[in-house]
Amino acid sequence: MQLNTRINGRSITLDFPNGEFLYETLRRYGYLGVKQGCDTGNCGLCTVWLNGKPVLSCSTLTARVGEHDVTTIEALQDEAHSFAEFMVAEGAEQCGFCSPGFTMTVLAMKRELNNPTEESINHYLAGNLCRCSGYKGQMRAIKKFMGVV
Amino acid sequence: MLQIDNYLYASDLAEAYDTLQSMPGSVVLGGCGYLRLGARNIGTAIDLSKLGLDYVKDTGDTVEIGAMTTLRTLETNPLTSSLWNGVLKRAVENIVGVQLRNGVTIGGTVSGRYPFSDPITALLTLDTQLQFFKNGQVSLEEYLAGKGYKDILEKIIIPQDGRAAAFTSIRKTRTDYAVLNIAVSRSAEAYRIVVGSRPGRAMNVIEAAEYLSENGLNEATAAEAGRIAAARLQFGDNPRGSAEYRKAICPVLIERALLEVIHAA
Repeated sequence: MQLNTRINGRSITLDFPNGEFLYETLRRYGYLGVKQGCDTGNCGLCTVWLNGKPVLSCSTLTARVGEHDVTTIEALQDEAHSFAEFMVAEGAEQCGFCSPGFTMTVLAMKRELNNPTEESINHYLAGNLCRCSGYKGQMRAIKKFMGVV
Repeated sequence: MLQIDNYLYASDLAEAYDTLQSMPGSVVLGGCGYLRLGARNIGTAIDLSKLGLDYVKDTGDTVEIGAMTTLRTLETNPLTSSLWNGVLKRAVENIVGVQLRNGVTIGGTVSGRYPFSDPITALLTLDTQLQFFKNGQVSLEEYLAGKGYKDILEKIIIPQDGRAAAFTSIRKTRTDYAVLNIAVSRSAEAYRIVVGSRPGRAMNVIEAAEYLSENGLNEATAAEAGRIAAARLQFGDNPRGSAEYRKAICPVLIERALLEVIHAA
């Protein structure tokens, strides 16, 4: 089937099988910052935004995208780079495979949460798994990035 | 890989219903959170996302929630997150992560009648009604007890009857399915004590509720109501817990939830 939509601010016509999920389509069209992780909706590696809200592209049918705006990490490079500096400073990253999805959720959280606390940050990020870092360094980086005292 | 032969954006509920009845292998899509987990062939996928069923309405006597409303909306909407002591918010806020809750719909959750569901347990304690396109209005309790309908769920309806409620659960990790989940409520008329993820479907334990109606709710009767419920229910084994463990924690969780209701009053 075909779908006219917008990805990272650009109008595009997607051509895809009816049963294809969004991360599969995005990667076929060259958006390789979108990663395939657990493929069961648990790890958050495949996170993209639909109309600014973080969703799992492994659990979203491409057909369901409709006229929503899709945003991948390719469109947020400056902001992602800014956050990455905090991560590097805290030694919060190892293999880096989870970083694109994790960063997408952090940047969505920054827009959505007012007066974030460590608890609300933990809660918001519960759907992003990292099997290397142990989360402590990430939390330090996020708190500094978001200005949480 | 998931195979979908035809994909229909339903233009109204009647078209969705007619397609469901007439097309072999047709399936109504909810939030599609579990679609990925099984390799299956779908004849016609019926998409309700263009029907305006993503809403929360305050009618005064009830709250109406459209079938395509996401769990994240229930968590963040000022009405659904605060009414009934925030029991709906508490029942959805630990389901995987924000990203999944931004996709999964309450209609898909209820229609699926998932035994492990946290929101179904909470909705059952709120005496929720379901509005189907063809079968009309039926109680969630009746729907869970039956075999389900080949119908289109349009909305769920929750009475605003001043009910005080509480939800609690035990889970191995924060975002895992519950080993056992409990929701209790007290209205002017009656109590409801619901136990889910047993691992069977959520059930309202009438005997325990009647005991409270006859004896009133206090610290002693809360504990006894928990014991009555645990004795009445059947529990089973699954990888998250044994029947024996579930039976042991059931009265404790019910007592804690009922004590919350006392303090909420």
